[in-house]
Amino acid sequence: MPKGDHKSRQLVTNTSGFNITLGDTQPMNLDNGAQFGPFDIAYQTYGILNAEKSNVILICHALTGDQYVAGEHPVTGRSGWWDEMVGVGKPIDTERFFVICINALGGCMGSAGPKEIDPKTNRPYGLEFPVITIADMVRAQKLVIEQLGIDQLFCVVGGSMGAMQVLEWASRYKDNVFSAMPIAGAARHTAQNIAFHEVGRQAILADPDWHGGNYMEHGAVPRRGLGVARMTAHITYLSEAALHRKFGRNLQNRAQPSYGFDADFQVESYLRHQGSTFVERFDANSYLYITRAMDYFDLAAEYGGSLAAAFDGVKARFCIVSFSSDWLFPTAENRAIVHALNAVAADVSFVEIESDQGHDAFLLDEPEFRRVAKGFIDSCAEQRGLGRPDR
Amino acid sequence: MNVVMYNNIRSDLRLIADTILPDSRVLDVGCGDGSLLGFLKSDKRVDGRGIELSMAGVRECVSNGLSVIQGDADTDLDAYPGDAFDFVVLSQTLQATHRPREVLENLIRIGHRAILSFPNFGHLGVRWSLAFDGRMPITGNLPDNWYDTPNIHLCTIHDFLSLCEDIEAEIEEAVALGADGLPLGYSACGLRANLLAPQAMFVLRKR
Repeated sequence: MPKGDHKSRQLVTNTSGFNITLGDTQPMNLDNGAQFGPFDIAYQTYGILNAEKSNVILICHALTGDQYVAGEHPVTGRSGWWDEMVGVGKPIDTERFFVICINALGGCMGSAGPKEIDPKTNRPYGLEFPVITIADMVRAQKLVIEQLGIDQLFCVVGGSMGAMQVLEWASRYKDNVFSAMPIAGAARHTAQNIAFHEVGRQAILADPDWHGGNYMEHGAVPRRGLGVARMTAHITYLSEAALHRKFGRNLQNRAQPSYGFDADFQVESYLRHQGSTFVERFDANSYLYITRAMDYFDLAAEYGGSLAAAFDGVKARFCIVSFSSDWLFPTAENRAIVHALNAVAADVSFVEIESDQGHDAFLLDEPEFRRVAKGFIDSCAEQRGLGRPDR
Repeated sequence: MNVVMYNNIRSDLRLIADTILPDSRVLDVGCGDGSLLGFLKSDKRVDGRGIELSMAGVRECVSNGLSVIQGDADTDLDAYPGDAFDFVVLSQTLQATHRPREVLENLIRIGHRAILSFPNFGHLGVRWSLAFDGRMPITGNLPDNWYDTPNIHLCTIHDFLSLCEDIEAEIEEAVALGADGLPLGYSACGLRANLLAPQAMFVLRKR
């Protein structure tokens, strides 16, 4: 194919994605002790699976992400959340790799979650949905991968909650992961992280439109609560420097303060917008369940508190990435993962990218990050016998 | 340092590379852009790992398929288990660490052999500068002014030898090096090297 011919090369994908029913013959065991199934999982793919099924990259999305990674999002009409990284000629090159992204269990973009219909009652699950964990999400992903007849994932990649899933994959399914790139992640949710999530959940629970979780049956949406949860969370995704650079103390469409409680400042207006648009695309109960799953995540807990023990015998090559201004999943948490991997002599690379964009940096235009990711993926591909990129 | 290239790597790195056995496991602490690791990987099929402080260096290494973590000798050696590597390399870095004694102890703990090189503060040129000019020395191997040097724990070869004694490190090789990083042809253990060698390379193992 001629160089520089990007426009004619299309992103190979199915517009709305795929659905698969799991746990129908044998229900899936959950961490809470329950058995779950049958249930649906929605996923999206990009690129073409090779004959050996050796070119699969699994992308794990973050808390409020979904399976529509690249190209146009069929629901919002906007670009996929990782368009920077995934596509033709991008670090996760859809011309070379078969990319799968699975809507997390408990989510609200087609996978089983509190807003979906419980086949046993024919009503939305609501709070009858079981409390799930990161490990449960990964178990469901593993079932999808098995159904597709894929034995080993060439690479598992993800940021934030996605990074937790990457770590869970590498630790739990050691033979099925060739390389792993957890980005801006942590091997456990810290007390501060849990605290912020609790504020968000309390905002939802305090909204009268939440109706004890049964808002769908009341024809209501807890907009205020979910909006406030998103506003709080959004602050934690940024940094003081980034907020200052974007907004400073600038006023919103006015020369003087109003001496009232309108959104006088640009930063207030921005946060309100973030809150109100989020409510349009995300389910409040899903937010409760998924934040809870992150809170429960502590990879070392099963291993007597030793993270190194969780990684004992890992085979994957790791590349761990943190961002200097990320205070939600800071470099220290990522370095703890690196040290645990060093303790078991795993093959690990680690880089802290200089950025003032906070936790969200992994979603944004960060050329240095893209270069590291591309270098790691390309060198793993060569090692895996997938060849070098042609440019 | 006067850089001499030899078969595409710096002469001092070449000397280190010659000490390393094929197919061994190697940790290069302060691996820079990965030139030594890359050379060892292609020429000696070693399983190499690196630690490097600069983001640019790490990125370069990772892009070239090397496994390198961003970190330093002071903070990132403790996590490795004993005897994790056949060789651990610390080239021209010991004098820039905060805890050289602990670093040295870690090197001989996690590697069967530790290969180190460092500038000799007992060198004649250094002594001359202090004794007759009354100034902090600026030499080919110590090119920075006192106020912007990364070197905070300089030592003479003799100082180094007595630290090796204290931590029970056995010296397997001791090579006196010229300013260009090439061997001077005599041992680094002795009065001659302490006075005349601008730098030295040692191969250590735990006694």
